[in-house]
Amino acid sequence: MTIAAEQHVDGAAAKPASRFNLARLAPYLQAAPLTLILGAFLVAPILMIVVVSFWDYDFARLYPDFVTYNYTEALGSWVTWKTYLNTLKFAAIVWALTLFIGFWVAYFLAFHIRTTAMQIVLFLVCTVPFLTSNIIRMISWIPVLGRNGLVNAALVESGLVPAPLEWLLYSEFAVVLAMVHLYTLFMVVPIFNTLMRIDRSLIEAARDAGASGRQILWNVIIPLAKPGMAIGTIFVVTLVMADFITVQVMSGGQSASVALIMKNQMSLLQYPAAAANAVVLLVLVLLLVAGILRVVDIRKEL
Amino acid sequence: MDHEKRTAGFYLLAAFFILFVLFLYGPLSAILVLSFQGPAGGLTFPLNGMSLHWFANLFEQQAVGDFGGSFRRSFILGLMVMGVTVAVSLLAGLAFRRRFFGSTALFYVAVASLVVPSIIISLGIGVMFQQIGFRPSWYTSAFGAHLTWTLPFGVLIMFAVFNRFSPAYEEAARDLGATPWQTFRHVVLPMIAPSLIGVGLFGFTLSYDEFARSLMTAGTYNTLPLEIYGMTTNVTTPVLYALGTVTTVFSFLVILATLGCIVYLRRRSARG
Repeated sequence: MTIAAEQHVDGAAAKPASRFNLARLAPYLQAAPLTLILGAFLVAPILMIVVVSFWDYDFARLYPDFVTYNYTEALGSWVTWKTYLNTLKFAAIVWALTLFIGFWVAYFLAFHIRTTAMQIVLFLVCTVPFLTSNIIRMISWIPVLGRNGLVNAALVESGLVPAPLEWLLYSEFAVVLAMVHLYTLFMVVPIFNTLMRIDRSLIEAARDAGASGRQILWNVIIPLAKPGMAIGTIFVVTLVMADFITVQVMSGGQSASVALIMKNQMSLLQYPAAAANAVVLLVLVLLLVAGILRVVDIRKEL
Repeated sequence: MDHEKRTAGFYLLAAFFILFVLFLYGPLSAILVLSFQGPAGGLTFPLNGMSLHWFANLFEQQAVGDFGGSFRRSFILGLMVMGVTVAVSLLAGLAFRRRFFGSTALFYVAVASLVVPSIIISLGIGVMFQQIGFRPSWYTSAFGAHLTWTLPFGVLIMFAVFNRFSPAYEEAARDLGATPWQTFRHVVLPMIAPSLIGVGLFGFTLSYDEFARSLMTAGTYNTLPLEIYGMTTNVTTPVLYALGTVTTVFSFLVILATLGCIVYLRRRSARG
């Protein structure tokens, strides 16, 4: 074809030089805005944090320096280690619950709903609450779980418990419940996506070969759903590891997370101390993600 | 699996699904109901009469912070983030269709943007602005901070869209004599328009609801989530629920409008 074609430029030696250069440059120009924005607001701030984590500070300002006690202070304290363990504990529990709920919801939508229209409707029903404010969704548990809330009222009324349960709200139970409430969609969507792409003839073949429903699920569907589970896991684990507001609001100050320590240090203007914690947390999160990425190649899954 | 009788497994999973939906919507409907609490009512059931008292209370500026102002800022910021996210994700999606030097690195930086804890971004941008000597504000530093959250979503969606996009349409347009711009404008763009609207919806709602990334970057004037967060610690009346109801209804309207747009575009392209 004789029409100027960007992809075919290499083969067309007669094209004017300017056209050639523009076509070669095009992907760089198209990628430039993304590169600039991520460079300025992601890479530069992280480098800044790494630098500041070695600075000295007092109540008024920061002093450029090279001291390591922000790290020794953070890692030398028993409280920090306990908080890291606590954060990892939340991550593990929330991960297990969201994976279980997310898989069965996605499985139901993908394999038991027969029409595409119904699938889209039910999928939207699940998605819509996740596009509303997280803080409002947290607050909405107060009238349900509170001391005089709906659950306690029902329990007392029915005579199951003599007095309202105190641990429903402002407890670790409430933190986990709210996190599951907030983050399950991040499991449902990627798992649903992989389930929808499973070739249905594989399931027919397994059935023809005599596999039971349970065997089909365990030996065919779950192995093929692993990439979706891995992507969901990345979302849920990183969101829980970074969380401070759910922990603060739902535990009523009785529980801590690494990000909450950082947030408290930030409100006291102890930026280098917060920065040291940020570096440690970032390394931990990236290690977790790298571990999960060994299971799945994201580029192939999109 | 499709044309068989419903099994016991179906009913079990259907029950599980219904429970999940109740779990999602139950608490939200509780605050929806409680926001109509009478003037003497408290934060929990029962309803002490029905009134619009707490909604009226919400719009009196002195009573509960600066609701109107913070809503206006969050709305404008959401629109700014939406526009930039759509444009930049589309361009990056086009770029990733070809190999270019550094494409893998850029892709992984975008993924990293998704997994880096938001409070770290907030801290980093806050400290960076302070050290350069710029004042943080919602339309500069918070704007950038929100983009680090919305852009990776946009880029990954566009990446997935173009992975499934057959080059045959563009080749056909080219064979018929279309210039690259005409091919893009009249062939590619109409086909990906619904996805772009989806990216826009993500951009707007993620920014509109963003809290952690605004924490250190919003400067003097609060965005709406910061205002709501402030209220959770010092407001103990149902005005909190009224605010929750108003913002949730607003989010639902935005989602409905977007879905309406997508359906309209699909219908039109199906006819044309």
